[in-house]
Amino acid sequence: MNEQDARAAVRAALGKVAPDVELDDVGGDARFRQDLDLDSLDFLRLVETIDTATGVDIPERDYPAVATVDGLVSYLAAHG
Amino acid sequence: MPSLGADMEHGKIVEWLVKPGDYVRRGDLVAVVDTDKTVMDVESFQEGVVADLLVEIGETVPVGTPLARITQTPAEVGPPSPGPPPRPPSAQAPPAAQATTVQGAPPAGQTTTVQAAPPIAPPARHLAHRLGVDTGRIHGTGKGGAITRADVEHAVAARPPRAGRVRSSPRARRLAAELGVELSSVPGTGPEGAVTVEDVQRAAAHPVGESVPEGAPAPEAAALAATEAPRAEPPAEPPAPEAPAEEQPSAARERVATLRRAIGALMSRSKQTIPHYYLSTTLDLRAAVGWMQSVNAQRPVASRLVPSALLLKAAALAAKDVPEVNGFYLDGAYRPSAAVHLGVAVALRQGGLVAPAIHDADTLPLDVLMEQLRDLVSRARAGRLQRAEMADPTITVTNLGDLGVDSVYGVIYPPQVAMVGFGRVLEQPWAEHGMLGVRAAAIATLSADHRVSDGLRGGRFLARIDELLQKPDEL
Repeated sequence: MNEQDARAAVRAALGKVAPDVELDDVGGDARFRQDLDLDSLDFLRLVETIDTATGVDIPERDYPAVATVDGLVSYLAAHG
Repeated sequence: MPSLGADMEHGKIVEWLVKPGDYVRRGDLVAVVDTDKTVMDVESFQEGVVADLLVEIGETVPVGTPLARITQTPAEVGPPSPGPPPRPPSAQAPPAAQATTVQGAPPAGQTTTVQAAPPIAPPARHLAHRLGVDTGRIHGTGKGGAITRADVEHAVAARPPRAGRVRSSPRARRLAAELGVELSSVPGTGPEGAVTVEDVQRAAAHPVGESVPEGAPAPEAAALAATEAPRAEPPAEPPAPEAPAEEQPSAARERVATLRRAIGALMSRSKQTIPHYYLSTTLDLRAAVGWMQSVNAQRPVASRLVPSALLLKAAALAAKDVPEVNGFYLDGAYRPSAAVHLGVAVALRQGGLVAPAIHDADTLPLDVLMEQLRDLVSRARAGRLQRAEMADPTITVTNLGDLGVDSVYGVIYPPQVAMVGFGRVLEQPWAEHGMLGVRAAAIATLSADHRVSDGLRGGRFLARIDELLQKPDEL
């Protein structure tokens, strides 16, 4: 998956979990939990939504790598 | 109007899910009620035929006001109008004979029911209600002439097209405005072809001839959006005459302000009447987190656990063991509860919080509790909780630590007598047997009512949580 597709997937998933957050308005270094107020259930749903949409199942041990918007986009680009 | 929480004094009917002539069982959803805090589905407390709706959509009435008249069955199934004396919905248990119609062999009385209305399974009946289909006129093609979902859907398809005016619920109109959906272009599936919230969501997800605007909320998210203010004026469609006035565009801010006032009033009452005492302990989560990680590694993301699920289960089991923290203090006396209905404080993204219950949390397997937690949180955020969920918590847990604080000392929700707080799970240096190591740990707190318990019992409760978490596979 290229960077653009990955970003689109993140945008779509975030739109479901936190519809009040507009991806273009937040920086790439924004952290889902601390900056975007996602709790652990929201984050789980984000990971689940990404999995359903892209087939990339992010294991729990990789969560630290996908804690930010850019982190998640690069992870998807590399694994998708 | 049932009480949907200790602090609720009145409620507004925003949608009727049944109409006169409909057959309802105990537990069937009959109305949508807007309280100061959230929008909730209200279920019927009785079985029977709806004879009359006594409260108009948009009307606000005090708790205790009869909402509808239900003609009791099975004996009196028939034309709805000349029913027996009015009986408002109440929390009374139904006569045993009625309760048994739900399960097991049909008692004698049920023959009447079968004659009056063809057999129909609850899902199909619910669908028929929603679509405004009279099941009495459908020919059932299922087993024993039972009406199936397909029969109901055929009946809807065969309905004559509706007239020019677009019927719709206020929420649907608000949502349509919000999502920029032209209401007249949406096929309605509600009563008499009315456009429902679901229809608008479907239309927004699959627009006809045009693409969804960038960043438009997905269907699930749209439910949440329904609680926010419309950004555009409602479409020019004339509203149905019986519909209430549109909410102003500032409705979202107004709702948040109302919620804030409701929380403020309840918490003030709590602090003025409940002599709180506070305890805290550090939970050793090495075993729990290690177990959870190894379980999660084997699972697809949809069935993974979060630490909160383990903490909630342990709290529920501990509450069962220490009855002084689980129950209600009412009229100067404490009534412990045999069941543990665990309230979970859920922060709403637009501000404020609600604390609905996971029923019988102590008896639920961890996976089921996890599933219910996810469902509860998503419905709380979408503003769709059920009456019992708001009214029933016997003890409440706040898990604010999930978003980064070390510890949280909650304010007790009256008439409950305890509030449990969990801080964030993090690695800490841990000394044991003269050795220093690193473990996952979290701070658990208890705010409890001194009229009911004191520090010794409260401390026992927190210690019990820690004990239970040392054997996570038994949770």
